[in-house]
Amino acid sequence: MRQAFCTGLVEQAGLPEFVFLTGDLGFKALEPLQDALGPRFINAGISEQNMVSVAAGLARSGLRPWAYSIAPFLYARPFEQIRNDVCLHNLPVILVGNGGGYGYGVMGSSHHALEDYGSLLTLPHMRAFVPAFDSDVRSMIPMLMQCEGPVYLRLGLSEEPKGWPVPEYAPWRKLLCGNGPVLAGVGPLVGGTLTALEQLEEDVRPEVWLVTELPITNVPAEFIVSVRRTRRLFVVEEHTAHGGFGQMLVHHLAAAGEPLDSFIHKHALGYVSGLYGSQKFHRAECGLDPASIVAAVSMQCVPVIR
Amino acid sequence: MQTSLEVCPQIDQYAAMAGRPPAIVSQAEAAELRERAKLRLLEMHYQSKVGHIGGNLSALDILMSLYHFRLGPEDGFVLSKGHAAGALYVTLWTMGLLSDDDLRHFHGEGTRLSGHPPLKGIPEVIFATGSLGHGLSLAAGLALGKKLRGEDGRIFCLTSDGEWNEGSCWEALIFLAHQKLDNLTFLVDVNGMQGFGSTMQVANLGSLADKFRAFGVRTTEVDGHDANSICAALECNDGPLAIVAQTTKGCGVSFMENEMAWHYLPMTEEQYHQAVLEVTECARLSVLV
Repeated sequence: MRQAFCTGLVEQAGLPEFVFLTGDLGFKALEPLQDALGPRFINAGISEQNMVSVAAGLARSGLRPWAYSIAPFLYARPFEQIRNDVCLHNLPVILVGNGGGYGYGVMGSSHHALEDYGSLLTLPHMRAFVPAFDSDVRSMIPMLMQCEGPVYLRLGLSEEPKGWPVPEYAPWRKLLCGNGPVLAGVGPLVGGTLTALEQLEEDVRPEVWLVTELPITNVPAEFIVSVRRTRRLFVVEEHTAHGGFGQMLVHHLAAAGEPLDSFIHKHALGYVSGLYGSQKFHRAECGLDPASIVAAVSMQCVPVIR
Repeated sequence: MQTSLEVCPQIDQYAAMAGRPPAIVSQAEAAELRERAKLRLLEMHYQSKVGHIGGNLSALDILMSLYHFRLGPEDGFVLSKGHAAGALYVTLWTMGLLSDDDLRHFHGEGTRLSGHPPLKGIPEVIFATGSLGHGLSLAAGLALGKKLRGEDGRIFCLTSDGEWNEGSCWEALIFLAHQKLDNLTFLVDVNGMQGFGSTMQVANLGSLADKFRAFGVRTTEVDGHDANSICAALECNDGPLAIVAQTTKGCGVSFMENEMAWHYLPMTEEQYHQAVLEVTECARLSVLV
């Protein structure tokens, strides 16, 4: 997604208010943006606390700062700066975390972002955008450039199935039809699971929804109708259960008086074996690989005795 | 420690630069203004029964000099040592920007004058602060913003000395020096005391001025209770500029000076009257000298 991200931002370089800060990252990815922005591209060095507060100062000056780093360095290290200087002041700072979830794979736990949007969404005014496909990034950038408050953008690797037409961008998109449970997910993981889910018989195959903007707002009526019909909900996300999309969605449905007979939540579990590997390896340890998701969906289709 | 507030020869010039008529035209008036501010600060803290008076008294002369003689409409200020909010509020009161009624509600229920600078309600407060180690980076962002937008004016920031225990201060220092933020001046209120001991006992940084110079930042050392000294240092428009101001925690009140307890304690009635007596007497003497 970094290339789509860079290309999308280069298209915005003509906006005089646009300023880009990086925490000394972006090699072989952000050079075109650096060239396009000139003095408005600032390498803030390896100092994320300072970078976030500087971004707040820039936003207070009427500029539109974007601050970029590897995801955990951006949301965990300077959390107080994000809270006090950006969110409490409701400033339009766009925080861009690369490598959401287990994106940095075998680089290890320090580089993983398993609780990013959950922890950030506890802060006032914060919104999180989690693109699943490269085209989502391109659609989001112009929107984010106009945002009126703080935003966290979680980047990963686009996982769209070959030859599969990505539907037009929307915060909630139905990607697959089926008569099985309703499956709702966040991030590229959903795209990477589509091919396997598509193979399921129609009665078992879930109706798949992709959600890319948090916190949950404007839930489509069609989604609610499907949940009401099936009363079975399956949520996938590369994020901890605490503060994750699954908890948000169940809370939303409970508050709306929508009962569920069955709820399965597949989410990041940390380091199950204590071993390290690729993003695929860690997803599999959490039951977030396509085979595990397909198996769990099939199990959820066993009739529930009320 | 020198406690007289003499009128800087360039005061009229500063006032003119700031777009306002000179607030102080004589040494007597300067002393009277200083006395009024200090007495109001004591009264405010006594009535609200809150602490932090020591660090407010160390910062008051710096803030008074900055606001009355230097800050103009195009400038901005960030109080990084947010626990000196009382001194800031009183300074704004001396300029007619906060009312008596505002000060009476300091630290009370439903007040806009919280113990640290608030998010909303005071236009002069650009950023709410309180957690140490934020203000200098915020000021750097404001200064960089001015440069990128081609705007005139200067950004000022006041930190404490203990605050330099925070790594983020050094991140900010590296950044502002490297970015050559020549429209930024930061001051350090070096009262030598911090939360649970003296700065020498807790984490001795030695000479902050030497360290700032080692980072390539132009640095001036001043007596933080001498308006001449402070105003002369604030005159410099090259930078980035550090002004290391030697101050006394609890300045002007004998039983508070250099006592860590006055970071925390509210005053008793007896202590308050003693403090008022000392400040009044000191002001009277400074006029006679």
